[in-house]
Amino acid sequence: MTCLPAHTDKKLGLVIDLDTCVGCQACVTACKEWNTGGHMAPLTDIDPYGGDVDGVWFNRVHSYEHTTEAGGRTVNFPRSCLHCETPACVTVCPTGASYKRASDGIVLIDESKCIGCKLCSWACPYGAREFDTDVGVMKKCTLCVDRIYNDNLAEEDRVPACVAACPTSARHFGDLGDPASAVSQLVASRGGVDLMPEMGYKPTNKYLPPRAHTERAASVPAPRLEPVKAEGGFLGWVDRMLSN
Amino acid sequence: MHPAFSVVFFTTATGAGYGLLALLGVLGGLGFISPDFWLGLVGMGLALGLIAAGLLSSTTHLGRPERAWRAFSQWRSSWLSREGVSSVATFIPAGLFGIGWVFFGRTSGWVAIAGALAAIGAVTTVCTTGMIYASLKPIAQWHSRYTLPGYLIFSAMTGSVLLNALLQAFVIGATAITAAALLLTLLGWGWKLATWRYNDALEIATTANTATGLAGGTVRSVEWPHTEENYLLKEMGFRIARKHAAKLRLITQLLAFALPALLLAVLFALPWPFTAILSVVAAIAQFAGMLVERWLFFAEAKHTVTLYYGR
Repeated sequence: MTCLPAHTDKKLGLVIDLDTCVGCQACVTACKEWNTGGHMAPLTDIDPYGGDVDGVWFNRVHSYEHTTEAGGRTVNFPRSCLHCETPACVTVCPTGASYKRASDGIVLIDESKCIGCKLCSWACPYGAREFDTDVGVMKKCTLCVDRIYNDNLAEEDRVPACVAACPTSARHFGDLGDPASAVSQLVASRGGVDLMPEMGYKPTNKYLPPRAHTERAASVPAPRLEPVKAEGGFLGWVDRMLSN
Repeated sequence: MHPAFSVVFFTTATGAGYGLLALLGVLGGLGFISPDFWLGLVGMGLALGLIAAGLLSSTTHLGRPERAWRAFSQWRSSWLSREGVSSVATFIPAGLFGIGWVFFGRTSGWVAIAGALAAIGAVTTVCTTGMIYASLKPIAQWHSRYTLPGYLIFSAMTGSVLLNALLQAFVIGATAITAAALLLTLLGWGWKLATWRYNDALEIATTANTATGLAGGTVRSVEWPHTEENYLLKEMGFRIARKHAAKLRLITQLLAFALPALLLAVLFALPWPFTAILSVVAAIAQFAGMLVERWLFFAEAKHTVTLYYGR
């Protein structure tokens, strides 16, 4: 049923730190690698080595130049499904293929029911859903539902592939419905924000804005080199001559 | 938004078909249009043919059309599902009305009731079509108070111009129908102009700042995540027609509104068969003009995902 659950027991989601993301694309490739064999497999690539490359990806990293009065900086911005609390992509679905789980809030697609009408992708303001032209159905991030509950994996690996891959720990996974969880604490301490809050979709995923500019780097220069001790011989003579 | 021809044709054809069906259902069922076998056959055939052609066209837009039957299940939350249910349900009273009015020549009793129900179904279906677009928040040009009335007005307009052509062709042209078609065409013109004016002055609250959560200053896209256009840009980042928007708007105004209005106006001063010929030309021109209008409806609509790409 594409009606939304009135309540979800958990609100599993991601917290993405725009301060530490270096735009290395590791999360993008890790996501593609896992999911092209996972729940929504395959993540079809069309003409992958040709001149007109296209394909399905659940996670895309943009780069922006954010310029304010305090100065400018490059911000790398990973964009994927935010597993919204009120996702219109689910309610517009005419077939019941799209659904939001009452247990953990993850938004998923039942591929076998999808007719490929593409309306859900129109209803998502964030561009989280991508159509697989080869299979004829819509695909989207599963929050690695086939990893996070997977008993065959070591416990530390039961996180989304993108989180596991991030070399700068810019991605965090947890229950954002629990105020005591590590991710909720992180959002509270860093002033995490919703994307497009004015749309009213109430995204679960939060983004941590880059930390404020500081003058710290400029005010702590490397220490000056100490003067060398006077020496005898030829070098001592050069030193004495230059010191005059 | 990418204007897929299947969807452009679908909304234009079903709009005209349901408009004609509603008018035939009410005016035929109540006897304002006397039953006539050939008039009825052509009229109902045209209305139901446009609807069926439109619905079939819409299924070609699907990635998995063989599963289309599933779309009747989620009417509690989805306007697209409601449209599917309503469009199919309308065939039942429409079919009964067609049998009674065309083959039995009846105009009252169960035929009138079936005609009224067909009209209600037609209006309901057009409303659900309009709401599919009006309910989409990420597309500001659609998520506006102009969208739903627009679909209803254009359906009534194209339906009445078709009905006028039909009646004129069968030499039973009624001044009231011609006048109604003319007034609805002028109303449609006014509504489209008002919609364009509203859209051109739109101030959209969603910006690259709110899209990225980066407050203040400017946010400029310096690098896309991919080198070629992906699904999002092909489907939601369509920009070709924007270049020609001014010319296409002019073509829409000429074909969909100005020419039909002029032709309908001169009907009052002309004898048959000129009235019939001009009425048919008006209907064809308007249909072509509405296809351009619907093309622009998509092409000029901007989805918020384009903000991530600096467009």
